[in-house]
This record gives sequence, C-alpha cells and structure tokens, in this order.
Amino acid sequence: MSFILETRDLTQVYGAGTPFERTALDHVNIQVKKGEILGVIGHTGSGKSTLIQHFNGLLKPTSGEVLLSGHSIWDEKGRCDRKTRFAVGLVFQYPEYQLFEETIAKDIAFGPQNMGLSASEVDKRVQEAMDFVGLDAALQNHSPFALSGGQKRRVAIAGVIAMRPQVLILDEPTAGLDPAGRDEILAQIQDYHARSGATILIVSHSMEDIARLADRLLVMNQAKVMLCGTPREVFAHADEITRAGLDIPEITKVVRELVRRGFDLDPSIYTVADAVKAIRACKEGK
Amino acid sequence: MSEIIKTENLTYIYRSADEVQKVALDGVSLSIERGEFVAVLGHNGSGKSTLASHFNGIRLPSGGTVYVDAMDTRKPELLYEIRKTCAMVFQNPDNQIVATVVEEDVAFALENLGIPPEEIRERVDASLKAVGMYEFRRHAPHKLSGGQKQRVAIAGVIAMMPRCVVFDEPTAMLDPAGRREVMRVIRELNQKLGITVVLITHHMDEAVQAGRVVVMHGGKVMMQGTPHEIFTQVDALRAASLTVPQTIEVLFDLNNQIGTDLPIDALTVDACADILERYLAN
Amino acid sequence: MLRDITIGQYFPGQSIVHRVDPRLKLVLVMAMIVTLFLASGPVSYAILAAYILSVIYISGIQPKMVVRGLKPVVFIVVFTAVLNLFYTPGNVLWSFGFLKLTDTGIRVAILMVVRILLLIIGTSMLTYTTSPIELTDGLERLLAPFKKIHLPVHELAMMMSIALRFIPTLIEETEKIIAAQKARGADFESGNLMQRARAMVPILVPLFISAFRRADELAIAMECRLYRGDVGRTRMKQMKFTRVDAGAGTVSVIVFAAVIVLGRMGW
Repeated sequence: MSFILETRDLTQVYGAGTPFERTALDHVNIQVKKGEILGVIGHTGSGKSTLIQHFNGLLKPTSGEVLLSGHSIWDEKGRCDRKTRFAVGLVFQYPEYQLFEETIAKDIAFGPQNMGLSASEVDKRVQEAMDFVGLDAALQNHSPFALSGGQKRRVAIAGVIAMRPQVLILDEPTAGLDPAGRDEILAQIQDYHARSGATILIVSHSMEDIARLADRLLVMNQAKVMLCGTPREVFAHADEITRAGLDIPEITKVVRELVRRGFDLDPSIYTVADAVKAIRACKEGK
Repeated sequence: MSEIIKTENLTYIYRSADEVQKVALDGVSLSIERGEFVAVLGHNGSGKSTLASHFNGIRLPSGGTVYVDAMDTRKPELLYEIRKTCAMVFQNPDNQIVATVVEEDVAFALENLGIPPEEIRERVDASLKAVGMYEFRRHAPHKLSGGQKQRVAIAGVIAMMPRCVVFDEPTAMLDPAGRREVMRVIRELNQKLGITVVLITHHMDEAVQAGRVVVMHGGKVMMQGTPHEIFTQVDALRAASLTVPQTIEVLFDLNNQIGTDLPIDALTVDACADILERYLAN
Repeated sequence: MLRDITIGQYFPGQSIVHRVDPRLKLVLVMAMIVTLFLASGPVSYAILAAYILSVIYISGIQPKMVVRGLKPVVFIVVFTAVLNLFYTPGNVLWSFGFLKLTDTGIRVAILMVVRILLLIIGTSMLTYTTSPIELTDGLERLLAPFKKIHLPVHELAMMMSIALRFIPTLIEETEKIIAAQKARGADFESGNLMQRARAMVPILVPLFISAFRRADELAIAMECRLYRGDVGRTRMKQMKFTRVDAGAGTVSVIVFAAVIVLGRMGW
C-alpha cells in the first residue's frame, strides 16, 4: 500500500549544543493514507505542531526523512521544492491573523498566484474555494477585516484550499470558536473532504471534536507517537491517554464507568449516538 | 442593598462599520449577589461580552442603568472606585500583562493605587501564592505557558482586593491543561477568598461549575437558574446555538428514542452512570 | 532565527557591579565618558583601562562576552587607527607615496583606539549588568526633575518598558506569520530589491494590525487596573542608596578625578 505522506525516523532537535537543547520529535514514523482524515492529538509541547511543519518543508529535519507520495521532499542538495508547499496545504492556528489584502478575493488569490497560475485559473479557484468554505460570492470585493471572527477564519482556510493541495493540514481549526461556529467549520471540512477527496490532517486537543470526524487518530506524547489507529482502537487505551494529560470524551468516561460497574458495553464508544445504541442493545439483550 | 452588580433595563446600541445601528443588549435586568459564582453563557454575538464590559464601565449604557456596589457607572467621578470594586480579566493573556517581570506586573495596579511599597510587596506575594505562581515571580511573562500567563493576569487583579472579578472568556485561548488550571483558580477565588465571580463563557463544562447560570441570546437574558435547571432544558439551549454536556445529551436522546422517563439532570459522569445503571438493572 | 537577537544584552548576576543602584550606574557611565575625553596621555588612559578591567573582573562577566560585543565596531576602530596613523603630521618614520607614517601618528592612533575600545566596553558594561527594567526605572527617576518643565518622563519610561515587554511577543508573532505565508508559497528569498520589498507586505500588514489590536486591548486592560498616568503612583521596588553604592561611587570619583588631573597635565 502506498502512502501519501510518510516520515521515517523523523527527528527534530531545537537549539542543539546549547543548554536549551530540546527534542521536539524523536524518531517519529508515521504513514498517512491517501484520502483519509487523520486526527492528530497531543497536549501543548507534545511535538504535534513541529510535526505538521515538517510535512510541507517549513522545517528541515535534524535527521530522518519526510516522504510525499514516496519521494523525499528534500533533495540531495538539502533543498525543498516549492511544489511541496502547494501539494501540502497548511492552515495555521488562528489563521485569520494572517490576512493582509484589501479584498477577500485578493487574499484568497495569494496562494494560487504564487503558483504562477493564469489570471482566469486563479479567479476560478478563488470562486471554488469561497464556495467550499460557504462564503457568499457577493462578498468577494469586501474587505476581509470587516468580517466576523468566524468568517475571517473561513477566508483564511479558503486561501489554502484555493491551491488545491493533495493534503490539507489544519492546526486547531476550531480554537476560540463557540459550539455553533465549531460545528460549522467541522461540517465544512467534512464536506470538503467528501467533494475533493483530499487527504486531511486535523490537529486538535479536543478529543470530542476530532473523534467524530477522523478515520484514524494519531496521539503524540513527549515527542513520540504514543498511539495510532481508528478512534475505537485508540479509545480502548483510555487510561494511557488520560495519563498523558489528554481528555477523553465525557461519553467514553460514562461508558467506561458502566463497564466498571459490570455492564457488558464496548468501552471504546466515543459518540453519544453509539452510546445510546449500545445502551438500548444492552437493555434489550437482557 | 446586597447586590454587587445590578442592571436595570440595560440597553446598548452601537453603529457597525456600515453605519447601521445594532442592538447588542436589549433590556437586560440582572442582579448578582455578593459572593455568588455566576456563569454567563451564550454563543458569539449573543451579547455576553458586551454585558460584561458594562460591569466596570468599559462601555456605558445606551439606555437603562448599571449599578456596581450601588454606584452608577455613568458617573465619571465614580469610575475609579467602580474599577477598584469590580475588576476584569480578559481573553488574551498576552495583551493584559504590562511588565517584563511577573511580580512587577502583579504590582502594577497597586502602584497605580499609590499603596506604600512594603504593603505592595505583601499583597503581590499573597496574590501570586493564591494563583500558585509564586515560584515564577522573577520570570519573564513571555516564557510562560498560556495558563500560567492567565494566572499572572488574575494575580494582577486580585492584588487590588476587588469584591468582584469579571472573567471575559478567560480560557478561550488555552489548551485543556491551561483551562483546568485557570478554572481551579477561579473556583478558589470564589470559595476561599469569597470574591464574587462572573464568568463569561461558551464552554458548558465551565458553566456547570457555577452556582447560577445566565443564558444570553439575541441581547436578552433567555433563561437563568442553577446548572441543573438550565442544562436540562436541552431544546432551549440548542435553540440558542449552545450544546449540552454529553452526560445529559445521552439521557435526553434515550428518552426521546424509546420514550423512557429517565431524569436527565446528570452534570457529572458518575451521576449519569448512576441513572443508566438503575435503568439497565431493572 | 529572529529570537536569537537579544536587545540590550543583559547577563543576570549578583556581583557588586550588578547591585549598584542603576541611577548611580547611569551617572557614573556619563562621568566615565567625559573623563575619557579629558584624558590625554598613556598614564591617564592606563588608569582608566585598569578601572574598567577591574569592573569587568568584579562583575564576573566572561571577558569572551565583552570581546564579542566589540565585533560590530571593529571596522570603525581599524578605520580610525589607519586615518590617524597616516594623516597626523610629525616626524616621518616611513613613507610610501602619499602615505606618511609619523611618530605622533603612532601615538595618536594607539590612544584613539584605546579611547574607542574603553568607551564601548565601559558603556556596554552598563547594559550587561543592569536589567532593562532597572535601566528604564533608573532613567525615569534620574530625569524626574525634568517633569517640572513638562517633559513626559514617566510616559517615556512607560513606553520603553511596554516596548521591552512586547518585543519577544511580536518577534514570535512575526515568525508565525512568515511561516504561514511561506506555506501559501510566498517567496522572500529571490527577486530584485523591489520584488523583495513587495514580498514583505504580507508580513507587515498582519503584523501591524495585530500590534494595533494588542495596543488597544492593553490600553483597556491598563485602565481597568487603574492606570491614570503618573498621578499618585508609588513603586514596589524602592531604590535605596546603600553602602555598596557609596563605596562604588567614591572609588569611581577618585579614579575619574585622578585621570582628569593627570590628563590636564598631559600625562
């Protein structure tokens, strides 16, 4: 099976040789499957932010390799082709603070223009990206700075989607949003995934958000991969996750408490809908 | 009178960028008693932060009145006293720390108050100990984590010895560990120091820890009551673009799907497990 | 990386030099500069050099650090030396075309180099041993008498300390914005000067917007913490004139006086 993104013994050391030396990534081996949604979870300082910056060559590995579609993104001369940046789109945390253009359309066009596309192609992609994130086309000549916080964030996400990356990486896309704003963004990401077939990586520290969306989860802890697998497989290790300072969904806690009290339920349940189903089955099975 | 904060028919109208008048607060009448822990819950744009900014005179009413410890916030000569009584902690910890050393920052308000140096020293140390940041007193703020910075900001306001502290989404920019730290400090301020706490938030799990929850929607108080009373109103909360704790959601959905009549006021994992255990056992 | 730049480098420590009242340090540095220009002969320079070297020794700061701080001024030092070597009139010792090396030239060149080096080392000892906040505080208190003529001394000091507080925050923010724009394919490395200048726009606009937002929020937060300028303000940290200060001050004054007297005598 071929992987779209892969790391081999990826290691990143900051400030090597100084008293402040810190290993942010320690021999990390990850395989991302083409077309999946991978949730990346870890507390602050677990190495997850460093990891995603390696995927499009913003950081250079201290040692180890990053492979995009089977090829190392760094050539023998130690250079990273700019095409990697366009193939792996990275949306940073609070991306709305990086907007700079006078109009929404111009801001979204920044990436496609850097790719050297024709004016008509750029325009087409801007329209398409605005549609993907649910921005009204009538807004395109408005200033992005007059929008609400949630809308600004969508403009920023559209700016990366417009490059049509094969892999879209989002760092904490719901940070600071209220429940309604959070649900909207997550629904749009899901929709984008369904329509474009792109591979998506979502970084978060909210298990409840990410578990609903992701096909697989990657849990980072202390610069290493702690767990990797389907949400079920991962939540089966709830104790380890809690020990690593991360939260598991409340509903998982409830189910686990019931299991502890002797009921026959699957302890890796992580959505309310599944919990209701399991409880009904358990009641009827008696 | 015993209320620390009282609003009477408070209205706030502002002009948006395109000169359209918008009503952010629409006739809010609310009282907050001394020593209470009140959570003000609402989605973005519900008016909750605008309301909070009236509690120490950052914004002034377009209509109606706000009293802080019986002082009318529209009287400029009372503003200083009002801000001493009711302090405020903001969302972004970086943008409320003034000094390059933690203890200097905590001392800032006291220096402004003209308090003698020895007393400043005592109050700074006591405040830093109260938020668990005493060991960091000589550190540079920019090297601290988000949760630690926010605790420094809290120490900076409690050093003023206010009777009431308003927290405007203090955990919105923090990771789960930082949120837990800050919420623990907020609870302790209320329980140990007897400070009245008003917590503006959109996190259910934070509002659950309050004594009273006020739900804002469309610039109005939509409902208020104890967390038990509020979080069992699942439909009303969803209508206000809010979610409910999963512990309640699961019971609510069970009742809806199979017509059971389970009590749904489970605010904790254990309470929820108790109800489900009883249901499954018989 | 940007964060490797440390502005007004400060090496924390507990030495006597560190503990001297920042106001006294400021005054002594000024006095030292004046003295430097009144010294004239090898003896007076030697005394001053010995004084500054002993300050370095007492402060416990590694001489390596002091030397490293001289790197940026190497060019000026060499330039001054060459100019003085060949363009000072006197007895010609050696000549090559229009270049004439004179005995006075050598003497003047050496003294000038020593003067510049002492000036740089002496002033940098101030920032090496005094934290930025102490410096601003010291400056504010030293200049306090000028408030009478409506010089906004307090406001200037407040601005300086807020700037110091936010420099690391804004540097971090700049790095984040650069990374984000690079991720959108921005190219900061190639092109001519105009293109490179234009490439800065996507960094500068968000940075300015963020700085203004921060300033706005900080102003509200300061008002909420009862800031109203200089009115009725006290300070937690009092500056007290201690025995250390008296000692350091006396020694320094004696050294400076000796240098000036010897200097006037042409030694």
